[in-house]
Formats: sequence, C-alpha cells, structure tokens
Amino acid sequence: MDKKEYRPLKLSGLEPLVITPKSNFINVGERTNVAGSKKFLRLIKQDKYDEALEIARDQVENGAQIIDINMDDGLIDGKTAMVKFLNLIAAEPDISRVPIMIDSSKWEIIEAGLQVVQGKCVVNSISLKEGEQAFIENAKIIKRYGAAVIVMAFDEVGQADNYERRIEIAQRSYDLLINQAHFAPEDIIFDLNIFPVATGMQEHRRNAIDFIEATRWVRENLAHVSVSGGVSNVSFSFRGNNKVREAMHSAFLFHAIKAGMNIGIVNPALLEVYDDIDPELLEFVEDVLLDRRDDATERLLDYAENVTQTTRVSTIDNSWRTLPIQDRITRALVKGIDSYIIDDVEEARCQASAPIDVIEGHLMTGMNVVGDLFGSGKMFLPQVVKSARVMKKAVAYLLPFIEEEKKNKKLHLDSNADDSKKSRAPRVLMATVKGDVHDIGKNIVSVVLACNNFEIIDLGVMVPPEKILDAAVAHQVDIIGLSGLITPSLDEMVFIAKEMKRRNFQVPLMIGGATTSRAHTAVKIAPEYDGPIVHVNDASRAVTIAGELSGEKDEGYFAFAKAKKEEYKKLREDFMGRAIKKEYVSLSEARSRKFSIDWKSYEPQQPKNLGVHELKDIDLREVERYIDWSPFFRSWDLHGRYPEILNDDVVGDQATELFADARVMLDQIIEDKWLEARAVYGIFPANADDRDDIHVQSMDGSSFVIRTLRQQAKKAAGKPQIALADFIAPAHSQIQDYIGTFCVTTGHGVNQRAKAYEKNHDDYNAIMLKALADRLAEALAEYLHMRVRTDFWGYASDEHLSNEDLIKESYKGIRPAPGYPACPDHLEKETIWDLLQVEERIGVSLTESLAMWPAASVSGYYIAHPESRYFGLGKIKRDQLIDYAQRKDIPLDMAKKWLNPNLAD
Amino acid sequence: MITKDLYRALQERILVLDGAMGTMLQRHKFSEADYRGKRFANYPYDVKGNNDLLSITQPEAIAGVHTAYFKAGADIVETNTFSATTVAMADYHMEDLVDEINIESAKIARRVADEFTHNEPHKPRFVAGAMGPTNKTASMSPDVNDPGYRAITFDELRKAYKQQAAGLIKGGVDILLVETVFDTLNAKAALFAIEELKEEQGIDVPVMVSGTITDASGRTLSGQTAEAFMISIEHIPLLSVGFNCALGAKQLTPYLETVASKSMFGISAYPNAGLPNAFGAYDESPEQMASQVQEYLDKSLINIIGGCCGTTPEHIAAIAQIAAAYKPRVIPSLQNLVHG
Repeated sequence: MDKKEYRPLKLSGLEPLVITPKSNFINVGERTNVAGSKKFLRLIKQDKYDEALEIARDQVENGAQIIDINMDDGLIDGKTAMVKFLNLIAAEPDISRVPIMIDSSKWEIIEAGLQVVQGKCVVNSISLKEGEQAFIENAKIIKRYGAAVIVMAFDEVGQADNYERRIEIAQRSYDLLINQAHFAPEDIIFDLNIFPVATGMQEHRRNAIDFIEATRWVRENLAHVSVSGGVSNVSFSFRGNNKVREAMHSAFLFHAIKAGMNIGIVNPALLEVYDDIDPELLEFVEDVLLDRRDDATERLLDYAENVTQTTRVSTIDNSWRTLPIQDRITRALVKGIDSYIIDDVEEARCQASAPIDVIEGHLMTGMNVVGDLFGSGKMFLPQVVKSARVMKKAVAYLLPFIEEEKKNKKLHLDSNADDSKKSRAPRVLMATVKGDVHDIGKNIVSVVLACNNFEIIDLGVMVPPEKILDAAVAHQVDIIGLSGLITPSLDEMVFIAKEMKRRNFQVPLMIGGATTSRAHTAVKIAPEYDGPIVHVNDASRAVTIAGELSGEKDEGYFAFAKAKKEEYKKLREDFMGRAIKKEYVSLSEARSRKFSIDWKSYEPQQPKNLGVHELKDIDLREVERYIDWSPFFRSWDLHGRYPEILNDDVVGDQATELFADARVMLDQIIEDKWLEARAVYGIFPANADDRDDIHVQSMDGSSFVIRTLRQQAKKAAGKPQIALADFIAPAHSQIQDYIGTFCVTTGHGVNQRAKAYEKNHDDYNAIMLKALADRLAEALAEYLHMRVRTDFWGYASDEHLSNEDLIKESYKGIRPAPGYPACPDHLEKETIWDLLQVEERIGVSLTESLAMWPAASVSGYYIAHPESRYFGLGKIKRDQLIDYAQRKDIPLDMAKKWLNPNLAD
Repeated sequence: MITKDLYRALQERILVLDGAMGTMLQRHKFSEADYRGKRFANYPYDVKGNNDLLSITQPEAIAGVHTAYFKAGADIVETNTFSATTVAMADYHMEDLVDEINIESAKIARRVADEFTHNEPHKPRFVAGAMGPTNKTASMSPDVNDPGYRAITFDELRKAYKQQAAGLIKGGVDILLVETVFDTLNAKAALFAIEELKEEQGIDVPVMVSGTITDASGRTLSGQTAEAFMISIEHIPLLSVGFNCALGAKQLTPYLETVASKSMFGISAYPNAGLPNAFGAYDESPEQMASQVQEYLDKSLINIIGGCCGTTPEHIAAIAQIAAAYKPRVIPSLQNLVHG
C-alpha cells in the first residue's frame, strides 16, 4: 500500500469534516438514537421534536463531530420520523454544521434519510447479511446519493465474532465494494463489532483483543478505509458500575485507537482520562481487555464489588473554566455569564502588550461570535443584551488601564490623536426625538449595534433637533438614528430631516420606533432629505443596515443609498396611487351616518363615585395578575403569544429564560416597592352634541369639552361612520349620560433605578425594568377599569372575567386613549389633565409632544354604553380639519400639525 | 470522439465558456407576441420572460447568441435551457414542452458549434447542456413558521432533471452542466438523475457542477461553505466543479482558492460582471472583469472560465484573450489518467 497517497474520508454538513491519518479520534454523538436513549425515544413518541432537537444541539455543542440518528422502534413510524427530524435539523445551522449518520436496519428509512440531507452523510449500516446482490445494489445507490457507508462485519452466516471471521468479511466486503459497486475506498468505514468482555463465558475472552487486532489488520491491508465501533458494548457486563465502565472504555479506546480505530460512538460522560485511571484498576481492566490472565475476569469482578460507587453529580458545569483564555471570554460573552469576566479580562490584560488589545482582540473576537449567532438567528435579543452586559463590564474594567497607557504614551511620543480616527469603529448617534419619552426600542438597538462594534452616542429621550444635529457634527457620527413611539414624533422626524437638508448634512438617517413605518419614512421623511434614509424596525436588521450605511463611501455605499431612494420613491408613488383610490365622504354626510343608538331604551347607570378620585395604596400584587405578557415578549423581539411562546419551537427556551428573569425582577419590584403605583380617575355627567363634541360637567360646576373625530373613509352602505361621541347620549335625548377619564402610572422610580443599572453597565436589567414598568402600567389601567366597571361606576357590577377575557377586551364598555386609533388626537390629553388635575395629583406630566412622563403611564376615557366599541378613525378630510380647529378655537396650522398623520390630503 | 477532444483540450489550455444568455436576449427587446410566435399566439397564459421558450419561437436569435460567443473566443456554449424542467416551467404552464425545448435548444447549439469546428478544426467547439437550480429548494422550507416543510422532494427533482438531461443528450450536447446550485440537495438530485441515465443508456457524459455563493460569508443559500459544497457533490466523477453567478469575479477568488486546492477535478468559474448596481444592472466593463480574472490565472486556479449575469461577447473576448496567455491548472484526476 502506498501510504503517501492516503485518501482522506471527506464528509460534510454545512461545514466540511475531513478525516486524515492526522485527525484525532472522531466522536459520533449517539443520543439522537431511539434505541440508545430512552429520553429521545419518549420525545419522538410524544412528537416533541423541539426538545429532541435540543438533544442534537447539545451533542454538537459538547463536541460530537458527527451525529448518529436512529428511529428504529416498533412504535414509531421510522421513515416519517427520520425525514421529519432531518428536515428540522436542516433548519438549525448549529446542528446541521456537522455531518449526519443515518442509522437504520431498514433500507427504506436509510433511503428516505438520504433524500433529505444536502451534505455528505454516512449510512449506518450495510452488510453481507442478505447476500452479495443486495449488498452491491445498496452500495451503488448509497454512492449515487453521495454518502459514505459503515459496513458491519456480518455475512450470510452471521456476525463476525473472532479475528479470522472479521478479516475474512472485511476483505470480501471491500473487494465487492471496490470492484463491483465502484465505491471510493475512503468512503468505506468498517464496524468490526465490539462485543462485551468479562461475561464469564470462555468464548468471550478474546472479544476485545480480537477487535483490536482485526482493526490493525484492516487498516494495514485495506487501503484508505476507516474503522468505527460502539464502545460502550465492551463494558456491558459492568452495567451500573460506572467507575469500572469508564476505566474500561478509556483503556479499550487507548488500545483500539493505537491499532487504527479512528471513529467511534462514545458517551463522553462515561469516559475516564486514561492516565487518571487508578493503576490497580487499570491493570485489572487491561488484563481483561487484552486477555492477559486466566483469572482476569474474576479479579476485575472482585475489584468491582469493592469499589464504592461514586456517582457523578451533575452540578453547574464549570469545566469551561479550564479552557484557554480566548475561549473563556468568548463563552462568557455568548452565554452572558459575567461572574468571571473581570478575572478573565485581567488575565488577558496581563498577557497583552496593551490593554486596548484585549478589547480589540479577545473581546471583539467574542462579540463577533455573538454577532454571527444573532445574525444567523441562533441567538435572540435578550441573550445579546446579556452579552452586552458582560462586554460593558469588561470594557469598564479596562478603561482606566487604557487611559493610563495613553498618558504614558503622550509623555513619550506626544502622539497625534488623529491616528486612530481612520480605523475607529463606526459611530452612531441615537436619540428619541423631542417630546417623546419612550426608549426601550432605541436602547435595544443601541445595545445590539454596540455588540457589533459600533460606537454609540446615546443622547437619551426628548432630544431637541438642534441638539441632535450639533452632537452629530461634534462627534462626527457616521449615522443618525431617530426613534419615537407616539405619533407626533413622526412630524418631529420630518422636521429633523428638513433641518438636516438645510444644514447641508450628508449623514445617513435611520428611522425606527413603534409608530414609524416604511411607508411613512418613504412618503413623508425621505423626500425632505437628500442623504440616505432607511427605516429599520428590528434590532437584527439594524446591524446590517448600519453596516451598509457606515462603510466606506464607495460605490457599494452609494449604490445602497441610491437603491433605498429608489425603493422609497417607488413606495411613495404606489402609496400616492393607492391614496387617490380611497373614497371619502364629506363631514356633514359622515355625521348623517353616525353610529345610531336607540337612546330611548337605554338607561345609564348612575355612577357610585361621581367626581375625581385617587386610588391610594395600590397593591401591585393585585395588579400583577392583570399583566398581558405577550407585548412584553414582543418588546424583546420574541414574537408569539403568551403562554404558548414559552414552548415555542424557535424562541421557547429563550422566552422561558427571559420570563424567569422577569418574574424575579417583578417580585423585587413588588416586595421591595421599587415602583409606586398611582391612579386618578373621574366620572362626570356628560352629553354629546351634533358636532361630535362631548360636554362634560365637572363637580365644581365648570364645563369641559372633549372633541372627538369622525371616520370619513367611505363605508359600505348601511355601515356607520363612527365618532366616540356617538356612544354618549346626545343632549336632545334628554338622558343624563356619563363619561369617565383616568390616568395611571407605575413610572415613578423607574428612571432612577434604570440609570443605576446603566451606570453599572447592565442594560439588560435597565431594559427589563422599563419593559416591566410598562406592563405594570397597562395592568394597572386594566385593574382600574375593572374596579370602575364593577364598583366605582358600577355599570357592570356582576361581571366575572378572566385575564384572558380582559386581554381579548370582552368587557362591557371601552376605555379608548388619546393617541390611539379611535381618538388619535393627542391634544385631548390636555382636557383630561385639566379635568383630573393629573400632574398635581399623581405627578404625571405631558411633554411638548404630549407624551406622558414618566413613560410607564396610561390615560384615557371610560365609556359605558354596551354597544360602544373600539374602532380606527382612519384618514379625515380637510373639511373636518377646519371644523375641528373652529370647534377647538385653535389656529388651523396647529390643528394640522397635531392631526397630520390622519390627514387624507 | 468528442469527449476525448474535450479532455485533451482541457489539459492543453484554459477553456472558455460563454457569457450571459439573458443579457443578450434583452437586447432584442422581445414583446409578448415575439415570445409567443405563431405557434403560441393563442396560448392562454402570458409567456413573456420564458427565455427558454425562445429556442422554439425565436431559434435564430438563440443561434445568434451562440455564434456571437463562439466568435468572441468561447470553446463551450451553454444551451438555452436554464429553466427547462417541469418544475420551473410550471410557472408558465408549459411543462409539456420540456422535452421539445431541451432537444431543440441542444440542436441549435450543436449546429452552431459544429459549423465553427468545421471551419476551425484546430479549435473544436463544445456544447454544455445547462441545468438550472429550478425555483424550489429541497433542503429549505419556504415557510419560516414551519421549518420542517419542503416545497419539493428529492424524487420530484430527480424525475424532472432526468427528463431534462435525457432531452439535452438526445439533442446532442457534449457536457451536462448542473449550475447555479444554491441548494446542494437539488444538485444531488440532478447528479442522481444523470447517473441513472448514464447507466440506463450505457453512455458516459462529462458533468460540470457549478455552485453559487450567495453571501459575503462564503456560503451557499442552503448554508454550506465552499468546501462542504464541493465535498457533497464530488461522489461522481466530474469534469469540473466551481462557482458562478451571485458574486463578481473579485469576490469569488477566496472560494475558488478553496476548491482549487482541494478538488481532484477541473475548476470552473463564470462570475457576474461585478455586483448589481442600484438598478439591478451589472456594469463591470470587459477590461475590469478580465483584469479580475487575471488574478485567478496568476494563481493557477482555473480550467474553465466564462461569464454569468451581465457579461457579453465583449467580456468573453477580453477574458479569452487573457486566458490564452496562461496554462491551465493541473487537474489531479486527469494526472492519474495520463500517467497510470
């Protein structure tokens, strides 16, 4: 045999696995095998494929270089299960990166498996058991599918159980495969049957040594082939005695690998390090394996009976702490573990020539892994934010050293500070625009960008345009990112775009936030500014987009900017085209088609508590039950409904972990009174008029007017054009009706505490706190509404609704909020504030854009009529705009400014 | 024996493949009526855009493209059959025409190639039957919410490819070219079909496989690295393995280096004329592209070179001129043939 010309066994998943004589022993994961793992069998039987996938993932993470998959069980449809599992694996890049071993005794399962795997896999197995013809035929088909094959030492007579039979069958199989099936020799792997030793039977004494010797013969005589086997068989007699089994596996492998076994199925948990085996035990074990003494089995049995069984207690696996420094840092970042990061960074710093190298080397290497995993959908937002926490802590630790170094350098070199500018990280300015206080989304995008090597200049919330633009110039930023949640912020962004044009900016503009949209960006913002503008609404896309926008100002950059301009131009044209098609009715016609209620048959419930009231000493425990969790997950970019999301195939694990963290913090919030819940509501006599106004009598006799807006988009015949005023009895009906208003907050205390987290480089908990405060505010609104319905007003005193019913809005009456679809006009908040003296009573103020501060606040109206319902105003026409300005006695321009997002023309 | 000529030529020089068919056909600005011709004047579905149909309705235009590329210096032209499978033709409800399109397309290219070979016997011309990726993926789900779902099976692809390959062979191609592979499992189905045909008909036909790297991280759409892709399709003897489309010549270099250093077979590359600009057009000039290609040649990476989207006879002429000055990469699998 020409040794120089060894042909490697090449396999592939998404990545190659090339096995050469220099390769270490190749470890095949075996836990995705229904015959070998009871847990896996149970999961497949119960159709819990997501959990079954976790087993596969686990194996790959723990170092399996190939994964064996076997679905041979009488109670499963093996073919269907094999195909389904392999298809699911294909969608998991961190599993499918390794080659697959399709393991079945049924040919139809093997072939079905081969038809769904793109990489070069291994078939486990074929043999001469059914004769030469079937053997050759199957081998030809396997070759045609492009797979390697395991050949069992088995023939028409039976399984090879001694040295001679093993080499006889191996030689014969090899010749048939090469000469008749034209199989590539390097694609042949022999499984030479590992059988148990120390069984007490005389004929089993040479089981191990014969395998080892046959392996040696095969590797020396059959060119290019590999040898494999299932190792745990050898210690079968010592089931239950792991200490002995571990020693046997290690010693067996030690000798088999020396003889040429290069692939094997080994459970890494049942493996002792050869050199660590107790010498006495090792001697007994090797006596058995190598058949060195007649009484070898007895001596090992005696020993085994006397060893105290030490079970391996599975605790937190800290074995990664022994890895090289880079691996430890990468792992800490990927897993978001901050317990050791300072120690590790210190160690890295001592080794590095300059402290900055630890950031640019170790930490960036780790963060690149995080970035890749996130980019490929293998990590989720909460994990990335945790990674950022670790990163920030590490950087904070290093900064003093870097400053120190700079000082020293300056003394020596008087260096030019400009040196690093060219190679500096791209810089992104982030701000929530003037009048808006919402920053969860902005903070998340900032964190994610920071993870991807962007430098973030975060100007916070309620940032005036001049400040944004001045800071952009001062910091020479590469991108400006604007965020906003309430509708007035949209106009604020348009204004900033205009300002940028006026000041001759060319800096790319990124637009994001819950109220923004691609359409709005295209139609309203993009035409105002000549520089690149991109709308980005999720954190993962932000990285790619920011990458494009911050790169060299080369052809690619301009092509991207131009492509975006074109895209938005087209969108704009489409949008304009569509807008024209929509038909509207005049305001007077709309009013003639109002939602009609038979007021004669309606008797409003006289409210128990008329006037303005505050709720004191609210127990957050009580409120907590009203939390709607689904939006909480959404704020972390995890999409799905609670509680199903906890078991979601894709994000379930992450959602569960996030939920657990949230519960812990929520308990702290409640127990340690981190946040104070405050609520004020008022219920007043009220009647509507013919111009969509609701006239409210406050208890001191003064009157207020709530202005409502009416749908004008033309409806189908017979369908009403609704305004909220329709749900309040008109004055001419002679019925005394009522309306309620409210404001609740759980925001007091949030900012201070969040800042403390941020100062401690813990964005994860800062964002968590804000997200929970938002949820609690919504829950408090739900809670207060329930109390109002059943008690304070009492129009639904007999209601019994579950939280799910509440989330589905199954209650009687509505509580619309200014700024939301039924009444998008934020200006009406001012009326609520006047009526309830909100700021004085519960300390919630309104910004110039009429956002509530603190942000975790909710305000709105209560309407009791059973037919009242939520609706969307849609667009209104100019006639209503003029009418509204007149009614409210404000300049037309001001009305236009506030209603801008809802104007049809 | 043409196959022998092909292998000899492959060891003597760098063979030049043609450029884009679509780019050339766009110049004709064919209308719906032109696509239909007389025969399909009353066809109930729109057919504009079905370029493969032009082999039947505008055969002279197709022959013209082949002629232009051979004139520019191409050794091999691809048949106008990129989408001529029942899977891809379903878009136009023209599954029944698959046999005819493949046979006619192959015949057109054959006729033009034979004319050139007749006039220039020292430079035989070859025809490669183009087998595109289809519009479905066998190892990926089109539905993000159902990752286990597949829009097409291996067997469906195998049958479709087998029909296409049989038509191409019948029409007289010298080579089968499984190209623009974005999902390796699709390609494996094509190779499986070709192997079946070879066995059933007792013939040998050289096969080229060309994958496409769709992202900057160097992976195919189905997620494989260049080397993993190569390993997954080298189980049958190939004339060449390589990459086309998606990237420009410059971006393709590292992946060609990977396969060139590891493959037993010939290496092919036919990149796009640069990356698409904002309007989706390709604007790398022939000279720019040729100078990028020169880097391949300096590094001895190549046996077969040509162009994909956006390339024209001018690009191919520039590439052919440069390629003529270089020796081809030594092909390990052919070394054994020569010496053993």
